[in-house]
Amino acid sequence: MASQAQSWLASPRDRKVRLWQSRRTADATRMTLTYLTLGIGGIFVCIPFFWMLSTSLKNEGAVFLYPPQWIPQPLQPQNYAQALTVLPFALFFRNTLITTLVPLVGALFSCSIVAYSFARLRWPGRDIWFLVVLATLMLPEQVTMIPRFILFRNLGWINTFYPLIVPPFFAIGAFNVFLLRQFFMTVSTETDDAAKIDGAGVFGIYWRILLPLSKPALAAVAVFIFKAHWDDFLGPLIYLHSQGMFTLALGLRAFQGEYGTDWNLLMAASLVVMLPVLLLFFFLQRYFIQGIVFTGIK
Amino acid sequence: MALAGTAVRSATSARRGTLARREALWGFICASPWFVGFFVFTAGPMLASIALSLTRWDLLTAPHFVGLQNYQTLLSGDTSVWHSLEVTTYYAVLAVPLHTAFGLFLAILLNQKIRFQRFVRTVYYLPSVVSGVAVALLWQWIFSPDFGLLNTLLGYVGIKGPAWLSDGQTVIPAFVIMSLWGVGASMIIYLAGLQGIPTELYEAAQMDGASTVRQFWTVTVPMLSPVIFFNVIMGIIGALQVFTQAYVMTAGGPHDASLFFMLYLYQNAFEYFKMGYASALAWVLFFYIMALTLLVIRSSAAWVYYEGRTRGR
Repeated sequence: MASQAQSWLASPRDRKVRLWQSRRTADATRMTLTYLTLGIGGIFVCIPFFWMLSTSLKNEGAVFLYPPQWIPQPLQPQNYAQALTVLPFALFFRNTLITTLVPLVGALFSCSIVAYSFARLRWPGRDIWFLVVLATLMLPEQVTMIPRFILFRNLGWINTFYPLIVPPFFAIGAFNVFLLRQFFMTVSTETDDAAKIDGAGVFGIYWRILLPLSKPALAAVAVFIFKAHWDDFLGPLIYLHSQGMFTLALGLRAFQGEYGTDWNLLMAASLVVMLPVLLLFFFLQRYFIQGIVFTGIK
Repeated sequence: MALAGTAVRSATSARRGTLARREALWGFICASPWFVGFFVFTAGPMLASIALSLTRWDLLTAPHFVGLQNYQTLLSGDTSVWHSLEVTTYYAVLAVPLHTAFGLFLAILLNQKIRFQRFVRTVYYLPSVVSGVAVALLWQWIFSPDFGLLNTLLGYVGIKGPAWLSDGQTVIPAFVIMSLWGVGASMIIYLAGLQGIPTELYEAAQMDGASTVRQFWTVTVPMLSPVIFFNVIMGIIGALQVFTQAYVMTAGGPHDASLFFMLYLYQNAFEYFKMGYASALAWVLFFYIMALTLLVIRSSAAWVYYEGRTRGR
């Protein structure tokens, strides 16, 4: 420290240049290390996808070669046709669309109108009930899983889609309610008053003003609901028993049960099941990231 | 707008009363889906779950009231409960800190001005987009001892990899490695947190001659601590509820080495049809999650820094 101070006193100009140079070399080293780390990390991140694609195009013999072929010889794209027809994947796909899109619509409507009530309307006990909403956020699903199962069983809903598609219509996704409520709080109420003069009622303000202004938040919530239902395994596992009712997740699992070591076929089917979510991500990347960021920070 | 304001102000209090009452009515109507959902799908089942946990019920015969016997069994008689709590905790203890460290590290790297920034972020975020059975199958294949990707890569550098999922010693670390593939989700959150830190703080630290490492500990970590705190809590809750991977990839094996708590709960409820016992298990999980969360919240006073609080508005 002392010698540094001395040299600085001795020739300020010289010291400045040296500082600048050392800063520059330090920066250069840091950036090199950054690129190197990110590059190697990036390879590790991408390699499983590539491995999946590569395996899905191999013939049975090539799957169990050591060392493995990274680019399969010969390419066998007919694996996809085979994987998707041994079990009725088209039917599973249709079922998954039902158990994904119906809850999506239901949850978007119910969560947004409930969030509107909590954000904009004044009613007695509102803030206390909102605390209850927050409390349910902390409640693990498992505590209510068994009684719900018994409830649906008594209703005769086992092996139907109802247990999966009815609850979302009742705003049970506390998290979505919370997220939308926070967003609605940030939308200015000035337009409300203008709309009231134009004769818009409570519902009109929600439908014609708040919803159009909240498209980004709604999109973020929608993406999350879609993903959660598309990938859901435990729900379908509990409620759907006959193969005709299977979703893609259950279908994949059944496929694994029957063709446990046909990794080429399993990877082909897995890739196809992943694809819609991946495509959705590429088209709605902004909303994915917005949603995730919104969930992580306040 | 001004018109509306005067209209309201000049209105009689009686009229104001009706308006407020009408708004309250609409408030209830709009919130009613949640009220129905809360009582039918959350509060009702919670109460039912308490009652159920005091019974023995196989769904076929009538439920049989047994008092606290289920809780007695799981506390003293059933070693699998403790074992599965241990397995689950071991997983959480490995996964949560590693996710925090890697997520933060990647976020700091990606927060610099680099080329193809958006593309690189997308690449890292991509794996966290996919989940469920498809990912479980992919990783089961990656962990395959003889022909899997991981041991192939280890083989290139001369390491003979372990049997991963079929070895009791490595099965939990394998699940942790698999979960780290999805670290992009934490990374994105930390990245957003980093962008919220005012650059003046770093400039001031540089003026004081603080090194990069020192800046990390004295500026980045304190400023980011609320975000880290939130992520740690969510990470713990998530780690304690692992189910799909374990069910698909190992079914709890080998020799119960990956018997995650949720898997054990599922087996009791839907394979052995012990509805009462499984309900008691669910409450154990609930209280365990609560206890760990409270522990983190308690500790947070020591390491979480909230700007408003110390500044003392």
